[in-house]
Amino acid sequence: MIKVTPFHAFHRAAGAHMAAFAGYEMPIYYTSIQEEHLAVRQRAGLFDVSHMGEFIIRGPQALDLVQLVTTNDAAKLSDGQAQYSCMTHERGGVLDDLIVYCIEKQKVYMLVVNAANIAADREWIIQHNAFDAEVVDISEKTCLLALQGPAALNILQPFTDVDLIKLPYYRFVKTSLLGFKPVLISATGYTGAGGVELYFENKDQAAETIWQALTEAGKPYDMKLAGLGARDTLRLEMGYCLYGHELNPDITPLEAGLGWIVKWNKDFIGKPALLQQKEQGIARKLVGFRLIEKGIPRQDYSILDMEGRPIGHVTSGSFSPSLNQPIGLGYVETAYAQPDTPIQIRIRNQNVKAVVTSLPFLKKS
Amino acid sequence: MKFPEHLKYTPEHEWIAVQGDTATVGITDFAQRELGDIVYVDIPSAGKELDAHAPFGTVEAVKTVSELYMPVKGTIIEINPRLNEAPELVNQDPYGEGWMIKIRLSDPSQLNELLAAEQYQQLVGN
Repeated sequence: MIKVTPFHAFHRAAGAHMAAFAGYEMPIYYTSIQEEHLAVRQRAGLFDVSHMGEFIIRGPQALDLVQLVTTNDAAKLSDGQAQYSCMTHERGGVLDDLIVYCIEKQKVYMLVVNAANIAADREWIIQHNAFDAEVVDISEKTCLLALQGPAALNILQPFTDVDLIKLPYYRFVKTSLLGFKPVLISATGYTGAGGVELYFENKDQAAETIWQALTEAGKPYDMKLAGLGARDTLRLEMGYCLYGHELNPDITPLEAGLGWIVKWNKDFIGKPALLQQKEQGIARKLVGFRLIEKGIPRQDYSILDMEGRPIGHVTSGSFSPSLNQPIGLGYVETAYAQPDTPIQIRIRNQNVKAVVTSLPFLKKS
Repeated sequence: MKFPEHLKYTPEHEWIAVQGDTATVGITDFAQRELGDIVYVDIPSAGKELDAHAPFGTVEAVKTVSELYMPVKGTIIEINPRLNEAPELVNQDPYGEGWMIKIRLSDPSQLNELLAAEQYQQLVGN
């Protein structure tokens, strides 16, 4: 049975083009992916991403469990800090990428995981819980809205006492919003456009009230409702990995360019395998590329060298609305991973010229 | 959503407007909405005679790529020159400025196999 979020009726009323995504019927776009994308880059956009999963890990040794199952160093986090991380299996492959929220140092953490992996992640964490920690899956009752873009803080500010401009990237506050509490306001997102994400429980019509307040407050800023289509093109311009595309159990974080979230000063599942790979060097590497001829790269298309020899494959691709050209991510043999290396993408029986490009595609202005 | 009465339709979401022994072909309003923002229209088959249902090109949207199919057998005599620079015309005006090809009909009797506006509308559930 396909699930819906508490905002489903609003999506329908707004004329959203809906599709199944990770077991949920979610809005892909309302009017146009490119319009929504540009609204987020230039003004603001509101995304319902309530399909994402949330776990609370609680107990005197909660930190030990988080440290064991994730690759980044959660011990560095103080209350109110968040951290991008991933979970790896014994051979170092990526089970999921996630955000770790430190709610109470040592004792209470929230892990935010991909919707498609909720059940598997939960089982994996419970299976490795040798620390008597409480692992609570709060995914079903938790709403998550992403308010993103340069005007996002202006839109939210009238509803909260928190001085949003002073909330640094990857910090969060547990506060009240429109009389609902707790609401977790987090300076995170998946767009590179700035803004916040709001986590709250859907009780006493919180979902309805908050959605209506934000859409009303967004009007003077010409905020748009934005779907998963724009979310995908926005993250792609930033070179952010998407699970099921750049990340899967056969890929290690080192290959995916996520070495910066793998910390060697602590133990975690998969560390010996990753250490070995680090010493031996990686055979393939995730790169960004842009096409210099027409075409759109899509997942699983072959990447070729200039002689036509296969050297890798595309993991994501689209037309970049901000750069007005086709871009993509993919794995190539390490020798081809340097920026400016000419490559070709095999698009339906044609070799289309492309060039390896440093990430993010969208440079900070 | 629009389904002009004077056009014929295919289950693959093309429309065809017949003018004597030639015809204009494009994709339907429903199709452009399903595809979303169209960024390329690639029609490499100028001058070729193609069978009904044969692919004559592809349309690339941000999210997906889709083949374009001949509604009936014919020879491609013209490709909309504006789609190269302005593929968004297909989204903006699918039955007008977003037309794709003009063909010379090889077998006009095949037109009888196509759908009328009402039948097509039922097919796409509107």
